[in-house]
Amino acid sequence: MTTRNIQFKIYRYDPDKDAKPYMQDISVDIDATDRKLLDVMVKLKAKDDSIAFRRSCREGVCGSDALNINGKNGLACLTAIDSLPIDKPIVLRPLPGLPVIRDLIVDMTQFFKQYHSIKPYLINNDPPPERERLQSPEDREELNGLYECILCACCSTSCPSFWWNPDKFVGPAGLLAAYRFIADTRDQATSERLDDLDDPYRLFRCHTIMNCVDVCPKGLNPTKAIGKIKDMMVKRAI
Amino acid sequence: MNRIVVGAHYGLKDWLAQRVTAVVMALYTLLMIVAVPTVDGYEGWRALMSHGLIRFATFVFIISLCYHAWVGVRDIWMDYVKPTAVRLMLHVLTLLALVGYAGWAIQVIWRL
Repeated sequence: MTTRNIQFKIYRYDPDKDAKPYMQDISVDIDATDRKLLDVMVKLKAKDDSIAFRRSCREGVCGSDALNINGKNGLACLTAIDSLPIDKPIVLRPLPGLPVIRDLIVDMTQFFKQYHSIKPYLINNDPPPERERLQSPEDREELNGLYECILCACCSTSCPSFWWNPDKFVGPAGLLAAYRFIADTRDQATSERLDDLDDPYRLFRCHTIMNCVDVCPKGLNPTKAIGKIKDMMVKRAI
Repeated sequence: MNRIVVGAHYGLKDWLAQRVTAVVMALYTLLMIVAVPTVDGYEGWRALMSHGLIRFATFVFIISLCYHAWVGVRDIWMDYVKPTAVRLMLHVLTLLALVGYAGWAIQVIWRL
């Protein structure tokens, strides 16, 4: 079996020990069976167990291992090691814009606060039917490309508007989720949801630069969802 | 007070106006691309700018430009300037400057 040596530059910061963050140079030998960046990071962790990062499902479903890989946000478990240039070290940093807890682990509180602020659940005051609230296949179709979000925060932490105003701007992930419920025919709070977002900070900090679309590991399009929210507001207002 | 407050309930009108004014400015630019090459010297410029339609279009363009700039510059202050008092001051200065420019432009267009 062929082995290769891969060079890394990893952001290290332990607030209990380090005065400030630094970049650690480290390399690791990998086998042909190490397909994804996460496989290699697990090897790195075996070599230096002080490196801290989050991971769980290793198949792009849990959204735990979102990182800044060579300057672009993505999931380590979905990034093929062969897709990264090997002539220079792979640079791993934590997601930008959120406080670092340790090494590659960030504090996601602000991100989830924004997600919760859009009331990410179905609001329907009718008594629930015996089995389920039905939708036509066409209405259900509207939710495709919206419900698949795994809340990894790759999009929101690549958005400058979210960097400058994380406390006020909902961010692409939250707005995608907001549109998921606005578009849902079973939801009865559409007007309240639009009222809540008609705000210069909550929605209109989006200046449509589409960093979110560029980085989404699930191939979703928050910019399009934000555009549809604005369309609905225009339709409602004029 | 340390609580974060959002919910000003405006933004749609400005967002829409920024798009509409952009279209107005684009149309005026096209008009100028057609009109300017026919202009010859100072008298030509005087004749062009005496035309009622051109004056009307120029005035609408200036107003669009000012409104567009107001929304855009205010967005920059809202993105980057955190202290409320400083932001309010910058908003006011921006507004005053734009209103002044619009008045000045009116004076120039109609040679008041």
